[in-house]
Parts: sequence; C-alpha cells; structure tokens
Amino acid sequence: MLEVSHITKSFGGRQVLTDVSFTVAPGRLTGFVGGNGAGKTTTMRIILGVLAADSGSVLLAGERLNADSRRLFGYMPEERGLYPKMRVLEQVVYLARLHGLSTREATANATALLEQLGLGERLNDAVETLSLGNQQRAQIAAALVHDPRVLVLDEPFSGLDPMAVEVVLTVLKQRAAMGVPVLFSSHQLDIVERLCDDVVVIAEGAIRAAGPRERLREEHSRNVTELLLDGDTGWVRDVPGISVLDFDGGYALFEAEDEAARQRVLTEALRHGTVVDFARQRPSLTEIFTEVVR
Amino acid sequence: MSTTQATRSTPTAGPSLQQVTALVAGREITMRLRSKSFLISTAILLLGVLASVVIGGFQSQQGVDRIPVAVVGSAQSAVAASDALEAQSAGTEEEARELVRSGEVEAAIVPDNSADNGTGILVIADDAPPADVVQALSLTPPVELLDDSAENPFLAYLVALAFGLVFFMSAMTFGATIAQSVVEEKQTRVVEILMSTVPVRALLAGKVIGNSVLAFGQIALIAVVATIGLLVTEQTPLLSAVGPAVLWFVVFFLFGFVLLAAMFAATASLVSRQEDVGAVTSPVTMLVMIPYFLVILFNDNTTVLGIMSYVPFSAPVGMPMRLFLGEAQWWEPIASLLILLASTAVTIVIGSRIYSNSLLRMGGRVKLMDALRGR
Repeated sequence: MLEVSHITKSFGGRQVLTDVSFTVAPGRLTGFVGGNGAGKTTTMRIILGVLAADSGSVLLAGERLNADSRRLFGYMPEERGLYPKMRVLEQVVYLARLHGLSTREATANATALLEQLGLGERLNDAVETLSLGNQQRAQIAAALVHDPRVLVLDEPFSGLDPMAVEVVLTVLKQRAAMGVPVLFSSHQLDIVERLCDDVVVIAEGAIRAAGPRERLREEHSRNVTELLLDGDTGWVRDVPGISVLDFDGGYALFEAEDEAARQRVLTEALRHGTVVDFARQRPSLTEIFTEVVR
Repeated sequence: MSTTQATRSTPTAGPSLQQVTALVAGREITMRLRSKSFLISTAILLLGVLASVVIGGFQSQQGVDRIPVAVVGSAQSAVAASDALEAQSAGTEEEARELVRSGEVEAAIVPDNSADNGTGILVIADDAPPADVVQALSLTPPVELLDDSAENPFLAYLVALAFGLVFFMSAMTFGATIAQSVVEEKQTRVVEILMSTVPVRALLAGKVIGNSVLAFGQIALIAVVATIGLLVTEQTPLLSAVGPAVLWFVVFFLFGFVLLAAMFAATASLVSRQEDVGAVTSPVTMLVMIPYFLVILFNDNTTVLGIMSYVPFSAPVGMPMRLFLGEAQWWEPIASLLILLASTAVTIVIGSRIYSNSLLRMGGRVKLMDALRGR
C-alpha cells in the first residue's frame, strides 16, 4: 500500500498542493485525474522524491520512503526523455543497472520487456531513430525494467495509438495482478473509466474525490432513471415526486425524489404499454469529474 | 512469466554511491569514445604533437651548415682553425674573386700583408660584409655563466606555449563536452528519470569523473607520445629539462580539470537548451583562456608567473612553467597543489548545490542566486 499523507507544497509563495492525501492499493490500477495545472505532476514528483514536500509524507507499507525504498519504484515522468544517441536496449539496460540490477539480469529483463512491447526488432537502433510512439514504448520499458514494487506513471497513454494503448495496458494489468500498486495520471477520462479500479480526482491542488471507481459513481449518482417505452412517455411529468430531465416520444430521463416515486413510474409505465428499458443511470467519470472540480 | 521470478530476485540493498557514480562515468566515457569527431580530433592532436617533436628533432640534429669560402695560399691556416667554415682552395686571388662573384662561395679569404692589417688576411665578399664569416674568423673569449641552469628564452617560450595550449585545448574540449552532456539530459528530460533513480551527487560526480578521466587520458597520451618522440629523435637533454615539469603538469591538470569540470556542469545546468550553453558557460571559458594568454605573454615575467602558479585556475600552467624555469622552491608545487585541492573541494560543494537545484527547472535560464538558495 502506497500512502500519500497530508502533502503540502508551494512554489515561491504560490500554494500548489494543499493537504493532499490518498492511497494506492496493491494489485489495483489507480487513476489520478485532474485538469492542467491541478497538481498531478507535482504530486508524482514528490512521491518519487524528485521534489521535496513542504510538509506531509509518503509511506510505503507504513514506512516513510527513503532513497532505498524509492529505488523499487518504477517512474515514467510526464516529460518523456531518453538519451537520443543511445541504443534502445543499451539505454534500458543502463537504467536497470542504475537501479542496482546486474548486467545479466538487466539485459534479460530489458530484452524480454522490449519484445513484449513490440520493440524486439529495434533493440539496437538509436532512440532518436524511433517514431514517437515507439520512443514512448521504450520509455515504458525503462519504467518497468527493474521489476518495480510500485509503479507511478504520468500520462502513460498520451501519444499512443489504440494498438499501443492495448499493449501497454496489458503490461500494466500484468504488473497489477502481481500485486504491484499502480498509480497513473491521465486526462483521457474514458481510458481511466475503462481501466481503473480506483480513482483520485485532484483540482487546484486539493483532492476532491478518491476511492473505488464504482463507489464514486454510486455516491455521485443522483436518482436518475432512463425509461424506454413503446408508447408515449408524456405522462411521466405528472407523476408526483418526479422531475423529467429529458423527454422525446417513447424516451424519458427523470430524477426521482425517492425510490417510491421511481417505483410509481414503473407501475404506471407497465399500464401504458411495453417497457423496453428501465434503468438507473450512473454518472460517467466525466460527469463526476466536472461535478467535483466545479 | 520470467518477470515474476525477477521481482523476487530484486536486490533489497541498493547499489552503492560509488557503483552508481562508476556507471554514470562509464556511460559518459563510452558515449564519448563512440563519437567519431572525438576520435578524429584526438588523433589529429596526437599527430600534431608527434610531428612537432620529430621535426624539432631533425632540425636540431642537422646542426649549422658550414659556410663555403674560397681560400688562397697562407690564409688556409686561419680558416682551418674555424669549424664553421668550409674551405675551398683557389689558385690565385683572381680565381677566388671569381668564385665569390659567381656565388659559389660566401666569401674569399686571401693573405694580406699590408702594414695596417694586423690579421694578415683579407676577406673579400660580394655586395655586403659577411658577418658570419667574419665572426667565424674572430677570436671569441670564453664566457662563464654564473647561473647556467636558466633555460634559453626561445625554448622557454615554446614550453610555455605547449603547456598553455594543451591545457587550453583539453579544458575547452572536455569542459564543453561536460556542459553539453548536462544540458542534453535536461533538454531530453531524461534527467527526471535519473533523479528519481540515483542521488544527484552521484550524477554530477559521474559526469565530472568520466570527463576528467577522458581529459586526463588525452593529456597522458600526449605526454607519452611527446616523450617517445623525444627519445626516438634522441633529444634526451630536452627531455630531462622538460620531464619533471611535464609530470607536475599532468598532476596539476588532473585536479585543475576537476575544478573546471564542476564549474562547467554547474553553470550549464542553469539552462535547458544547447543554444544557451555557450552564453551561460562563458565566464568559465574566460577562466580557461586567461592563463593561456598570460603564460604566452608573460613567460619571462617572474612576478606574473609567481602569482599564476598559486591561483587555482592558472596553477596547472603557471607552476609547471616555474618548475621548468627552475624558479620554484621544492615546496611550492605542493603548497599550490593544496590550494588547488581545497578550492576544487569548495567548488564541488557549491557546484552540486547549483546543479541539483537547477535540474528540474526547464525553460528559461535559472538565476544563479536562485539556484544557490534553492528557491
């Protein structure tokens, strides 16, 4: 369990993080979402010890992080970068060795990982000759090569084509399945919605929502139901305790003040014709996001 | 999957600072040695050194050409006493004059018994008095030098030029390399991965050590090539005169370069683009150039050399020069080396502070005071 606890940080008098706390559970993909300048990158840099927090702490399995425990982290910074003139394999091996792997281990891990990421043919090409998407894959290999115990990835999917997204996703899920806590930031909310077990929402340097994705959707769902009928649904607005949000022929989207009101609509609907669909609508992550950051 | 096992085998004790530093230094060296332009320029430099030593050797071996003169009759004995003249007998004075006119000989030496000529010989030349011939015929009193250890000024100038040039070129080449390497990591943003993996001081130390090893290697190679060249061309007197100074030069260079390397790395870390490296490192470049000009202009000025030999930036040139000229006491290089070591240590401490505070600041140029304060 990676635990970020009451982190505060300011740059030259400007407060960028205020009392930021959240956890990243082992074996789960945690999505870290927020707008530009919300504090995602700063938080990740503090977790990795690249920046120092003004106050607060980062704990792994209950212990404060130090240089030795951070060595077990895999990090992909938002600002991508590898040595342009080094060969792909050589580069990844070098980074693995900086993490303390022997040359043999490093070479074996790097080769296997690069092959899995689809760079098996390009092992001895200079990084600068690779396309941006392939450089991104190499970058992911660099973050994973030392078999990190914790993964922190800043926007790992930006700049990847859909195929590459799937490849990277498979690799990340594999790591999570091995019990590694995985934290990744993204502004592509649809991807986060699809992948993440847990979501942390940050805005203006403060955590606005955090927890399992489904629980968040539950918490933020208003009592909104979608009704699809083979007849007209105009009568719905006359049901007590109901306000119609959207209406179009046989379709109605309504908010019920309580479950009884909702059930009244269903009973009424059955009398009016065949009910094609009657489903509670849970908000998408985008909706939750716009709601909590407002 | 194999990675599962690998996770278990991840060592719990991290690599030591030395190991990481060695890895960083190793990368610097490998990448540099792979660069064709570096290999070619080193080869040219070595060839240049070898050529100048060998050509210098040939010139000194050829010695002075003997001057051809025509000699008539009893003047023979006067010419035979001088080994600078090549006598060529002529039958008569007229024949001798003819040889001078045709340019075959420099001058003719004929007997002259006229009362006002005490030497008994007459020198006949074409259109100008032949000073070298006259000098060869003159009697020179022996000279005793009270201080015969002083080197000849021309040789001193050459040695000064050599020390100055080699220091200047190596410091500039490798200083620029280290500055570029720092900015490359910032510009390509690889620095953030590095900073999250290894301590910043290992990063800086690795860079400084890697480039210092290369610079030192190049200097040592130059020293070896020059020594072999001097031995092969049998210029042993020169070698024994220059040898100790060269050894000191190599030692001073080692620490002097580390000092400059730390300054180059620290100043370069203030900017994020290769285009800005030149401007931001120019104060350090000045520090490299000043000793070069000073030693060339003032290699005969003991006061200037004396000061130079203690100022850390110019000591690598100034102190070996004074040792070569025999002006320094035995303890002076040691004292100067201690000053150099102390200033190198201080510079590394300040430099690594600037370096680590500037690394993550992309975009504009970081102000030196901000980098020092770490704001």
